[in-house]
Amino acid sequence: MAVNTNNKVNIVAPPEGHSDAGFFATSLDKAVGLARKNSIWPLPFATSCCGIEFMATMASNYDMARFGAERLSFSPRQADLLMVMGTISKKMGPVVKQVYLQMAEPRWVIAVGACASSGGIFDTYSVLQGIDKVVPVDVYVPGCPPRPEQIIDGLMRIQDLIGNESLRRRNSPEYKALLNSYGIK
Amino acid sequence: MELNNAEYTKVVDALKSRFPNSINDIGVPYETLTLSVDSAEIKNIIAFLASEELGFSFLTDVCGMHYESTDELGVVYHIHNLYTNTRIRLKTRLPKSKPEIDSVTSIFKSANWQERETYDFFGIIFKGHPDLRRILNMDEMDYFPLRKEYPLEDGTRTDKNDSMFGR
Repeated sequence: MAVNTNNKVNIVAPPEGHSDAGFFATSLDKAVGLARKNSIWPLPFATSCCGIEFMATMASNYDMARFGAERLSFSPRQADLLMVMGTISKKMGPVVKQVYLQMAEPRWVIAVGACASSGGIFDTYSVLQGIDKVVPVDVYVPGCPPRPEQIIDGLMRIQDLIGNESLRRRNSPEYKALLNSYGIK
Repeated sequence: MELNNAEYTKVVDALKSRFPNSINDIGVPYETLTLSVDSAEIKNIIAFLASEELGFSFLTDVCGMHYESTDELGVVYHIHNLYTNTRIRLKTRLPKSKPEIDSVTSIFKSANWQERETYDFFGIIFKGHPDLRRILNMDEMDYFPLRKEYPLEDGTRTDKNDSMFGR
């Protein structure tokens, strides 16, 4: 194995495991989690100012690609992570849900900003009071709008969830009950 | 409040001679000529304004009103004469028990969506509209949210209260 002499390059650390000359052993969960969490394909669902912050997050200054989320997927069928950024009106709620349903398991959802998390300042009849009324949410990013650093932090919390997720979680009765509570399946 | 504008005088005189019993109140609030008119005559009045003779060829806006003091609904039309740059505002009042008024889509095609919006928020029925259904709110909504008897706030909110919004 070549020794990395460039201290500025940060290579993802291996998961816990056993190693000796010529081998490294770890559990399948951890190996899969390591691969998944460093190759997220996010689907940006950007409706307002949080979406502008997200554009900055993806651009060169903040560069979300550093965390393995290089490739945005504009098709839900190939996406792992639904990023809802901005106010979702009640009329758009079914669209968010449909996009979520079109994503294949395993899938994660991040609500970026006050509006996606709770409706934000829009305490009104036309605005969905948080996307968790229609789809299950894994990580909430506060802020109005959040800075790119906060969105990156939210993504890293998603990475923690992905990296530590049991391969059996999506088949568990708890997860099925969660989906059932949203009327999915 | 006086009609010190030659264009205003011309329009008001023409309307008064054509519809002597349908023009109720004339004023110039916020520097715009404003007439309260009989809702039954609205289509004829707007057709006359839009004719070659008066030249009000552009419908700027149609919107609804809910007069809380008398519990009446209303429709307000803003019409623009682009040749003389004159604007006119027409106000009508409708009983809340029967909020019906003639559609002006046959005169201005642009009234289609504006009347749908007015229906969506105030429940005003535009007779003769080709496709009167909700346009901005979700189809499942079962009330008209800008009528004053309905709350502004969302009924499904769980983590907010009025004090957070200074109410």
